[in-house]
Amino acid sequence: MKKYIFSRLIQLVPILIGITFLTFGMMQFAADDAVDILYEQSGSVAEEIKAAKRAELGLDQPFLIQYGNWLKGVVTGDMGKSFISGKLVFETFAEKLPATFELMLVSILLTIFIATPLGILAAVNQNKFVDYLIRTFSFIGNSLPNFFVGLLLIYVLALKLNLLPIMGRPNDFSSVIMPALTLTIAMGAKYTRQIRAVVLEELAKPYVVGAKSRGVGEWTILTKSVLRSTLIMIITLLALSMGSLLGGTAIVETIFMWDGVGKMAVDAILTRDYPLIQAYVVWMAIIYVMMNLAADLLYHWLDPRVRYSEGGA
Amino acid sequence: MFEKILRLENISVVYGDKKVLYDINFSLRRGEILVIAGESGSGKSTILKAIDGLLGKGGAIIDGQIFFGDREITMLSDGERRKISGAEIGMIFQNAGASFCPIRTIGEQIFESVTAHKNWTRENFLERAKIIMKNINLEENVLDEFPFRLSGGMAQRAGILAAMILEPKILLADEPTSALDAVTQVSVVKELLKLRKNHGISIIMVTHHMGVAWYMADKILIMKNGRQVEFGTKDQIFNAPEEVYTRELIKAVPRLERSF
Repeated sequence: MKKYIFSRLIQLVPILIGITFLTFGMMQFAADDAVDILYEQSGSVAEEIKAAKRAELGLDQPFLIQYGNWLKGVVTGDMGKSFISGKLVFETFAEKLPATFELMLVSILLTIFIATPLGILAAVNQNKFVDYLIRTFSFIGNSLPNFFVGLLLIYVLALKLNLLPIMGRPNDFSSVIMPALTLTIAMGAKYTRQIRAVVLEELAKPYVVGAKSRGVGEWTILTKSVLRSTLIMIITLLALSMGSLLGGTAIVETIFMWDGVGKMAVDAILTRDYPLIQAYVVWMAIIYVMMNLAADLLYHWLDPRVRYSEGGA
Repeated sequence: MFEKILRLENISVVYGDKKVLYDINFSLRRGEILVIAGESGSGKSTILKAIDGLLGKGGAIIDGQIFFGDREITMLSDGERRKISGAEIGMIFQNAGASFCPIRTIGEQIFESVTAHKNWTRENFLERAKIIMKNINLEENVLDEFPFRLSGGMAQRAGILAAMILEPKILLADEPTSALDAVTQVSVVKELLKLRKNHGISIIMVTHHMGVAWYMADKILIMKNGRQVEFGTKDQIFNAPEEVYTRELIKAVPRLERSF
């Protein structure tokens, strides 16, 4: 098992090099660079000043050398400084992470609390009115794009009813509700369908008939056997969702001015802030690989069939 | 010993629009073994499901009555049905391993079905389980195993243990030996006979194997296309069959197997 984890972590190295090289390369195709954007607001600035700034940031070097320098820095633990703010990339990142983490946690928990009972309710009442109702809502939730749901929530909850703040505010829990709800509506709809499908699949298995023939109550069958079996799959899926949420949700964070890594990435792209973009890309790759690994390990740990077939975890 | 413990009167069953059982009539006495035989698709297993209320989606008894002792059990509420299933009527499946949830241990699940009916402690349960396990050559560590870790024969015995733990009056066995190799088949059949001898239990067993019928049955019910062709004692059926179909079924049994 240790060997397995180790080999998965080793795989991170080529992934990281490949993905950072690609992003670095793509940024070169952009027509303007960080210096152009930095001085955009200052009116016309002499090309000499821009050139000096480029030299200072190392932007005058050939592409491969720039990338090499960046890589050297990363390996020695130096992610560089932001071109725009001049602050350390690592610090900037560490500042934004808690907000993203908070949003991820709240929306995942909301999703679990909404989707699990709804999915089970729909499955148990398959093809009855409740099922149709839940399926209709989850279909709608699934089809609405994030930005639209976000704007709708702002219009209703903030502007009309004046219940919640529009923008993200630090240390104010009420401001996380709307962005989290926006994410939850799509995710919850997806998970409701997902949970309904796996519960239905489990309910059709012969062990359910077996348990009934032994006089076990439906509630016990549902909670002890069916749910436990479906949880294995749901938890695995949730780990992957957590991964994508930890990458920050650029659109939602931007709409709600939520000061997380997603918004930071959008801002960094708009200002061609290479070091920050690179740091973001590295973070995303690490999170994805780690969350995939966590999902795999959870799966091994939760399902005795996998555990035994691979000779013990 | 001779009281009628189960009686089916004119039972007809449908699945959706399709009628699958027509006017089934038979009775079972205490300690008796009834074998239901016939080709696949003849409605053998459906009879067991109808008795135990396990017809599932789309299935329904549309005519007739089932009596368990003096009590009519044709249409019970879920709650009433649960009290009987497991405690009064036990069921063994063709693939007993699949009748247990794959991610929970055998012992956990059998204990769960026990607590659905009785207030036994884990110790009470283990004590009872040991007696039955000895009867059917099942080792104790099976209780800590997951279903997929057991061989076919062991899973079948675990199924028998689950069905027998509360000492029901009737055991319904749906092709309990057909997924097993020949040697294991013989021992499972012998163990079922031992259970009847030691516990006085009545058994209804579905099989398409006339050799097993010959070896175990007191009475035999022959089924074809959802209808009962013939019902009688083993001697009647094997030595003086009235119907052509019964004769064909018996002919299909090699001589050797009759001494099985």
